[in-house]
Amino acid sequence: MSTASTAASVSTRDGGKSAGGGKSSGAAAAQRAARRRVASVWAGRVGLAVFVIGGWQAFTTWGIVDPFFFGQPSGIWKRLLDLFEHGTQFGSFYANIWTTIQEALAGFVVGALAGVVFGIVLGQSRYLSDVLGPYIKMVNAIPRIVLGSIFIVAFGIGVTPKILLAAVLVFFIVFFNAFQGVREVDRNVLANVRVLGASRLQINRHVIVPSALTWIIASLHSAFGFAIVGALVGEVLGAQSGLGLVIKTAQNNFDPNGVFASMLVISVIVFGAEWLIGKLEHRLLSWRPPAPSETNVL
Amino acid sequence: MASRNVVATSPGADAAEQTSARIEISGLTKRFLTPAGEVFTALQGVSFTVEPGQFCAVVGPTGCGKSTTLSMVSGLDRPSEGSVKVGGREVDGITDGVSFMFQTDALLPWKTVLGNVLMGPIFRGVPKQRAQSSARDWLRRVGLAGFEDRYPHQLSGGMRKRVAMAAALINEPKILIMDEPFGALDVQTKAIMSTELLSLWEQIRPSVIFITHDLDEAVALADRVVVMTSTPGSVKAVFDIDLPRPRGSVQEIRFQPRFIELQHQIWDTLREEVERAYALTAGGTE
Repeated sequence: MSTASTAASVSTRDGGKSAGGGKSSGAAAAQRAARRRVASVWAGRVGLAVFVIGGWQAFTTWGIVDPFFFGQPSGIWKRLLDLFEHGTQFGSFYANIWTTIQEALAGFVVGALAGVVFGIVLGQSRYLSDVLGPYIKMVNAIPRIVLGSIFIVAFGIGVTPKILLAAVLVFFIVFFNAFQGVREVDRNVLANVRVLGASRLQINRHVIVPSALTWIIASLHSAFGFAIVGALVGEVLGAQSGLGLVIKTAQNNFDPNGVFASMLVISVIVFGAEWLIGKLEHRLLSWRPPAPSETNVL
Repeated sequence: MASRNVVATSPGADAAEQTSARIEISGLTKRFLTPAGEVFTALQGVSFTVEPGQFCAVVGPTGCGKSTTLSMVSGLDRPSEGSVKVGGREVDGITDGVSFMFQTDALLPWKTVLGNVLMGPIFRGVPKQRAQSSARDWLRRVGLAGFEDRYPHQLSGGMRKRVAMAAALINEPKILIMDEPFGALDVQTKAIMSTELLSLWEQIRPSVIFITHDLDEAVALADRVVVMTSTPGSVKAVFDIDLPRPRGSVQEIRFQPRFIELQHQIWDTLREEVERAYALTAGGTE
């Protein structure tokens, strides 16, 4: 009896061990597979970049494509270093970059704040949204980028018109998302907090704003891109400093490399902003369950 | 504890406290305008009374206006005609001392379990320190000690219901309104939750209106079962359930002969309404 039981226990322990061993080797294999996948993805990425940039360089070098019109990667790189070292005719390159960043940031903040406030207020007021709704749709339908010309005429060629243009572009994106976010608040949740005795302000603070935040933050990603577009277009229309001016000057001098070099700088700025917004998103929305698509992201 | 409750429910004891929890629904009618512009009568002359501390279940076919009745008791909605009186005062606006438990989750996904349970006291202006200790206490009572910092999506359906239960009971409501609270749970979890609900209810003894499709659940839990007709909803019959309290396990009580007898009686009344509602929707939704 006792021997039988010890034998049984030994065998189960053995079984446990071997099962554990099998699991760990299985896990190692899975890890190896995952690493292989990461490596192959990166190889594909680098390969694609080499193919596109290398092809561009090769075609322009062989004369199949004219570098005078389409630039050349090596030329862009040289122009970029030159811009950073020797600056432009309107002050150092850094100062120009900083002007554009300031305009875009200020426009982004103003537009986003206004969008959030309007969206949350209108989202809760049936009357206001019924009255203002058609006008907002009309304003949204007009090509707002043209407003840049009006702003330049009205406010001169300083930073104000660029900030305004960026803010207008950002406003609508954020506004529609905030508005929708408020509308999507779960009816049961609202009824529940009302029965629990929440005041209007408490409902906003504990329910409506956090609920709309998912939508608002999602809109901020594209909104910063639009803020940069607003600032750049404003600068192209008329400015004393900024990347838009650098691009316009390069265009007038038939200098595609200068245009591409500025473009590169702009995309780095937007990348950086995107990264910061991603951080913010992660912080503010930490309560969310990981989405299936996010868990797969490398 | 149980003996004190028996005393408390006997007439005369603390009369003022008790009348404030009495729910009188009289001649309640609710009409809606459909998108097509027609008037749809959801409720027609609904009248019934829930005595203080009584557990009243409302059963009826799908779409008979049970939930509409509840939203008017809680003050979330206004009647077209008739009135709801709580403790002798007509309901206009959110009724004081009411808690609501919904069929679907009404938890805030961005708040932790503790944060969700805290909401009731915080909205009432209870200092944070005190609110927190009472929230922890209620989480312990519903068996969720140690889960304070989880988010709702990290919990199972049954656990989320427990959080909702703690959040509804933490304010020690005079009236507890439950709209098919356990409707989405599996049968075993539902039975366990019902038993736990009964024991918590016996501790603070609010008046309860409990909506359900499940006649077994209604008879097992309630002192009074109101059967409603299909559209437009009105009261068809009221049954008093004389099964002794405390009832203990909800699963066991189903085997008592008296339970079966009552269940049969009520089912006879309910059946034709269910069939009528089913014919109306031609076996449509639900």
